Amino acid sequence: MADLTTNFVGITSPNPFWLASAPPTDKEYNVRRAFEAGWGGVVWKTLGEEGPPVVNVNGPRYGAVWGADRQLLGLNNIELITDRPLEVNLREIAAVKRDYPDRAVIVSLMVPCTEEAWKTILPLVEETGADGVELNFGCPHGMSERGMGSAVGQVPEYITMVTRWVKQYSNLPCIVKLTPNITDIRKPAMAAFEGGADAVSLINTINSITSVDLDLFAPEPTIDGKGAHGGYCGPAVKPIALNMVAEIARDPEMPGLPISGIGGVTTWKDAAEFLALGAGNVQVCTAAMTYGFKVVQEMISGLSQYLDDKGMTLDDLVGRAVPNVSDWQNLNLNYVTKARIDQDACIKCGRCYAACEDTSHQAIDMSEDRVFTVKDDECVACNLCVNVCPVEDCITMERVEAGATDERTGTVVPAEFGDWTTHPNNPMRRTAAE
Amino acid sequence: MDAKALAPGIKPGRLDGELIAAGFSDLHPPLDGHEAHVAADRCYFCHDAPCVTACPTDIDIPLFIRQISTGMPEAAARTILEQNILGGMCARVCPTETLCEEVCVRETAEGKPVEIGRLQRYATDTVMAKGVHPFMRAAPTGKRIAVVGAGPAGLACAHRLAMKGHEVTIYEARPKPGGLNEYGIAAYKSTEDFAAREVDWLMQIGGITLREGQVLGRDITLDGLREAHDAVFLGMGLGGVNALGVSGDDREGVTDAVDFIADLRQVSDLAALPVGRDVVVIGGGMTAIDAAVQSRLLGAMNVTLVYRRSRERMAASRYEQDLAASKGVHIICGASPVAVHGNGTVREVEFEFTDDDLAPTGERFRLPADQVFRAIGQTLVGEGLPELSGRKIAVSGAGRTTVDGVWAGGDCAAGGDDLTVTAVAEGRDAAEDIHARLMG
Ligand SMILES: Cc1cc2nc3c(=O)[nH]c(=O)nc-3n(C[C@H](O)[C@H](O)[C@H](O)COP(=O)(O)OP(=O)(O)OC[C@H]3O[C@@H](n4cnc5c(N)ncnc54)[C@H](O)[C@@H]3O)c2cc1C
Ligand SMILES: Cc1cc2nc3c(=O)[nH]c(=O)nc-3n(C[C@H](O)[C@H](O)[C@H](O)COP(=O)(O)O)c2cc1C
Ligand code: SF4
Ligand code: SF4
Ligand code: SF4
Repeated sequence: MADLTTNFVGITSPNPFWLASAPPTDKEYNVRRAFEAGWGGVVWKTLGEEGPPVVNVNGPRYGAVWGADRQLLGLNNIELITDRPLEVNLREIAAVKRDYPDRAVIVSLMVPCTEEAWKTILPLVEETGADGVELNFGCPHGMSERGMGSAVGQVPEYITMVTRWVKQYSNLPCIVKLTPNITDIRKPAMAAFEGGADAVSLINTINSITSVDLDLFAPEPTIDGKGAHGGYCGPAVKPIALNMVAEIARDPEMPGLPISGIGGVTTWKDAAEFLALGAGNVQVCTAAMTYGFKVVQEMISGLSQYLDDKGMTLDDLVGRAVPNVSDWQNLNLNYVTKARIDQDACIKCGRCYAACEDTSHQAIDMSEDRVFTVKDDECVACNLCVNVCPVEDCITMERVEAGATDERTGTVVPAEFGDWTTHPNNPMRRTAAE
Repeated sequence: MDAKALAPGIKPGRLDGELIAAGFSDLHPPLDGHEAHVAADRCYFCHDAPCVTACPTDIDIPLFIRQISTGMPEAAARTILEQNILGGMCARVCPTETLCEEVCVRETAEGKPVEIGRLQRYATDTVMAKGVHPFMRAAPTGKRIAVVGAGPAGLACAHRLAMKGHEVTIYEARPKPGGLNEYGIAAYKSTEDFAAREVDWLMQIGGITLREGQVLGRDITLDGLREAHDAVFLGMGLGGVNALGVSGDDREGVTDAVDFIADLRQVSDLAALPVGRDVVVIGGGMTAIDAAVQSRLLGAMNVTLVYRRSRERMAASRYEQDLAASKGVHIICGASPVAVHGNGTVREVEFEFTDDDLAPTGERFRLPADQVFRAIGQTLVGEGLPELSGRKIAVSGAGRTTVDGVWAGGDCAAGGDDLTVTAVAEGRDAAEDIHARLMG
């Protein structure tokens, strides 16, 4: 079994699976049970400042998107930060950390954007023995209306400012949690980096309306006939999160900035993908809320087996795919492929045909007796047929070797690399050095 | 086992009412909303889908399944009923394992087809439960058409003609409409009086007059019908039954399977229906299977189905054969009856083993029997009918017979399988052809 011990900004945990700051980590009872189930760490549900706690709605706070068999694909929430008193949370954090010294316990914080507010809360957190703090600049609903959460995360200057205060008034490692509700994730990440953050974590939830009640004509979840946008998370958001993680990981302006990957992690494989794109660990919320704490056991066994099968260590995996995340203009235009249909595997549903004929390049032929074949002189290798075919590996993309003729263009496939930057059709092309 | 079950002879009440009710409950129980959603999601929405080609009525299966998956079973029902007005019955009785589901690409892929039949039932049940009839009659055309027989062929033809604005009269020999839907289909396929409810629902289109107790050849003639109408459609099915042609065929206890089934379908209390202790069914089609299975379900202790050729050649599908076996029917293949023994009443049936070309092998055996069902095929009866092709009415195109102005479809017409769905398709297509002829 591969060793999954993780050191993230100096905080060690027996595995890279942390529970994200959310309902699963809102109290001692939950966190103890999570640790018993095997979670490597938790980011405690976001704490606010001293005083009367926030209140949550008393109607439904979650909405969802399902697959046909009620498989939960996306979750949306309008929950706020913890609605329990600050001192209760701090007492419980101290008790848990004392009993589980090998696990990571991070405290998520969201207080108003004043130096005083941060200066006041940080020593209280340090007293608990927690391993670090995470700044919640991501919550997109409710708290943002009060100038906190994503309202801060959307203004890079505020991020830098608050991060500086945190580094100034505490010795704890500081993770800045980013909101995806911006146009370029690198800007807030850079702001955190400049403020001295030890790491960023992302993504928090995405502004969303999951569905509309077509009888009430109101967004769901509906509270007394009205709804407010919520934050979207779960499997549906993973592709967005992966891209944002990769954007930061490959940015030369923030070299080596540690990343905690969040968003839709449900299986070991999702986690491995985040790690390969540069995340040093992952955080999970929806998967635990859907299946309970036990899901981590599959994540642990799956990731260990994968690493063993590959003969890799966890460190070997982290960032392994980053060098291969490129820009469109640097993709090899001389890499030519054609779709190939495995006739033995084909079940003759005709979906590839409908897709290609109606919406792509009319490159699939259908015979009288439903044999489907690719016309190499029309196929542009778009991959749509592969994506719509219900049989895995039935359609594959086969490379046309250098020296052979691409029947569509009638030209010989060059052996050398050639991308847009040097392409003759590019008015801005760079001419090859003499 | 109590004395009642063991008693020899043809006796009622071999099982108590509850056991009988359980046995005769829905063979394929309806899907609930969630099950339908999950089942519908399995459909790949195939291009030029093979299932549609395999359906004799060409229902747009991928479309109706998609309509179910988006929560619109009423729209799905409309898609079905536009092609097949008896889509509700077909959902229950079609041998889907040899039709749409046999060629479903998911059968090819994983041996588990999309449950097309049950989804079809889900959609049509939804609409029928609401009591709505989704079609409207066109303006009256003043044309009058006679339909002989209120079975699936006649009903489908009448409905389509009525929808087009024609005035239709159905002449039906029996006291109730429905044909074999009412008198023939196994009771566990058409539960809760579905056949009658479906006819009532179908008649909501209007413009159809049903005249029961009218027998062609007794009360009415083909010439008479032609004179009084602009067109005639013959959908009288197969009213006769083949004889065994062996000595003792007329002994007491030897009857036609279709009569036994008709009685069974009409009796209000199944426990009151007498059945033998040792039942022998001769034949290899759906009628034989249904007679055998329903005998078992009534409490017959030993039910043996004897078919003269190999199992592969039985008209009943593999699924039907397995169903019979699972109900405890013993199936013997490759044996023909040679004599029915007994003293007035049947006591034994003697068989001889035959090879697949029916050549006798000389090896014989006897089965004890107090009830014997003949199920070796039905035949067309009637005089003065249009020309025959073989033993059925010759047709060309969409059911045109050799007599001008007379169409035929369903079991009585040559060509096509003897199935409910085929009868519906033929009735519908003949109606379109009649309409084109009368209005063209
Ligand atoms: C026991 C049994 C079980 C079957 N099970 C299935 C099954 O599970 N699935 C399936 O698809 N198919 C099944 N079939 C076949 C199916 O029932 C027939 O193919 C279908 O009913 C044919 O329809 P039809 O309208 O041509 O004839 P029928 O249903 O036979 O209807 C003919 C109608 O015409 C009437 N009629 C007859 N003669 C005259 C006359 N001289 N004058 C006036 N009216 C007349 C009859 O009373 C009847 O109402 C079964 C058949 C039998 C016998
Ligand atoms: C009900 C709910 C409440 C949440 N509350 C917080 C919170 O208090 N603080 C925070 O930083 N993130 C909060 N989140 C966001 C999660 O920590 C996480 O970033 C997000 O759900 C994406 O991960 P996932 O796809 O694994 O759920 C919350 C999420 C949910 C579903
Ligand atoms: S999950 Fe628990 S708290 Fe939430 S609505 Fe259901 S029962 Fe109530
Ligand atoms: S989509 Fe796949 S399975 Fe379907 S016809 Fe095309 S190649 Fe065959
Ligand atoms: S063949 Fe099967 S999967 Fe394809 S459209 Fe028909 S029911 Fe759907």
